[in-house]
Amino acid sequence: MADQELTQQVVYQRPEALRDINTHYCPGCTHGVAHRLIAEVIDEMGIRERMIGVASVGCSVFAYNYFDFDFVQAPHGRAPAMATGVKRSLPDRVVITYQGDGDMASIGMGEIVHAAARGENITVFFINNANYGMTGGQMAPTTLPGQKTSSSPSGRDVEQQGFPIRAAELLATLDGASYVVRRSLHDPKNIRMAKKAIRMALETQVRGLGFSMVELLSICPTNWGMTPLDSMKWLEEHMVPYYPIGDYKVHPSVAEIRI
Amino acid sequence: MARELMKGNEAVAEAAVRAGLHAYFGYPITPQTELLEYLSRRMPELGRAFVQAESELGAINMVYGAACTGVRVMTSSSSPGISLMMEGLSYIAGTEVPMVLVDVMRGGPGLGNIAPAQSDYNQIVHGGGHGDYHAIVLAPASVQESVDLTVLAFDLAEKYRSICAVLTDGSIGQMMEPCELPEMQPLRGVSTADWAVTGMMGQRERRYLSSIYLDPPQEEQANLRMMRRWQEVEANEVRFKEYYLDDAELVVVGFGSAGRVALSAVRAARAQGIKVGLLRPVTVAPFPKQVLAELTGRVRGFLVTEMNGGQMLDDVLAVVKDHAPVEFYGRPGGIMPFPDEILAEIERMAKGPIPTEGTARDRWLARMSKMN
Repeated sequence: MADQELTQQVVYQRPEALRDINTHYCPGCTHGVAHRLIAEVIDEMGIRERMIGVASVGCSVFAYNYFDFDFVQAPHGRAPAMATGVKRSLPDRVVITYQGDGDMASIGMGEIVHAAARGENITVFFINNANYGMTGGQMAPTTLPGQKTSSSPSGRDVEQQGFPIRAAELLATLDGASYVVRRSLHDPKNIRMAKKAIRMALETQVRGLGFSMVELLSICPTNWGMTPLDSMKWLEEHMVPYYPIGDYKVHPSVAEIRI
Repeated sequence: MARELMKGNEAVAEAAVRAGLHAYFGYPITPQTELLEYLSRRMPELGRAFVQAESELGAINMVYGAACTGVRVMTSSSSPGISLMMEGLSYIAGTEVPMVLVDVMRGGPGLGNIAPAQSDYNQIVHGGGHGDYHAIVLAPASVQESVDLTVLAFDLAEKYRSICAVLTDGSIGQMMEPCELPEMQPLRGVSTADWAVTGMMGQRERRYLSSIYLDPPQEEQANLRMMRRWQEVEANEVRFKEYYLDDAELVVVGFGSAGRVALSAVRAARAQGIKVGLLRPVTVAPFPKQVLAELTGRVRGFLVTEMNGGQMLDDVLAVVKDHAPVEFYGRPGGIMPFPDEILAEIERMAKGPIPTEGTARDRWLARMSKMN
């Protein structure tokens, strides 16, 4: 019996930074993957007890129920402003926002751009699934040209509805941004790359090096009307070419970080 | 302590600093801007947080974040900027976190002008943001009172986990008067309030703050809790100033600058032997209903005077009803009345019967059309 115990080894378990609770996310949704990666990194860095999260409005509105650390809940698009207020009041806490594409790249574009321009020492996790998930799949600023949604039923017509916004590239133009990258959650290799980026972003903040943002290309099987597997394939074939995976801004001080 | 000659906006800023202001977030707008400018120097020199936000939307949500951590936090703006803050104010009210809001009112609606006005009364006193909520609203009539009420605002906001607004205007914000500033209070460390989100999980259970109650019965409970708290505010925090009310047959009711101008008119009328007094609400929310009800039983009539089209008038009418005649005299759009204008109204009411046909606002509009 004693021998058996010695040979048992835990290789996979729920991170401490995630609560033991069912989520409301649809089956196959990559929010769960993103949550888990962030939680794993927080555990690995040992920063859970000084974390303050800022939830947004959208599918991730209940993120504060799923992460096991302190949280506040922002109005639609205002998470970076709220995070600014939290961080300026408690500068030694680690402050993150978790926002979707409608929240951050549409209604909250003013707040995110200025938080990045100020070099606000916060970390933003930006979930890009090319539509408004919570309200039932309407066109988002990230919806691809020609992509059908419930509010672009004939496909996004760029003559009428304009072009998608590449948020990582846009924010990378700002001198205040220190670490801005795009990753994807569509296969194991990319998921591992995403986790490393999440680690770099939080290391950037913990070291006081300024604004960090990780854009995560994500799927929305329910509103896309596809199986999760087909969604992964669609993301790879359609979203990745429009939203290339890459490092858009890595400040030299961040590039020196060795984990 | 020595009295100093200070501009209203700067005096409010320094009073807030001395009351333990930990973080300030604002956006430039006339006639409030000196407040932001003053704090842009003062807060960093004390090692405290100051951010000039990208917009009033940004500013109020920075306030929201800071308020959730339990620090003393304030923003200031003027009428159009306050309109932009309404979203955040509703969330702050719904989350039951304390903050201080300074509104240096100007002429409106729309872009309006930058002259003093009182036309934000309704949006500050009766909501403005969505949902059922109340803010405590203090209305100073001088630079000294602005200082005193700013300090009080922080205490009331914390006591009731509420928004506390200091409702002033372009004249009080811009004018210089001697005032005595309070002693500097020490800045507190991390909040020990049992609701504050402070990122201290090592020492307690996880906390979160939000204004979302997806289950309607829970939202109803939250609404009822906030309304019961407002009952406490109404029972304990009513403040007003009264002048010459003991033997008054006529009573002028006015807040802030309009109340101050009215006092000059009342004094001039007293010099003529007219038995008139002034009731100046200091808390316009909670509104001093009881004193108004008591006066209703024993005076000939009321004159409500405001720098708007009759916003507080409706609150006075809700108490007085048709138990006594109520007249109104307002100057909307960024105009301050002269004491003589209010004096003329008092004289008219003292000389003859006080008209009651139609509404007070209709009668005022009819008199205004003769003037212009």
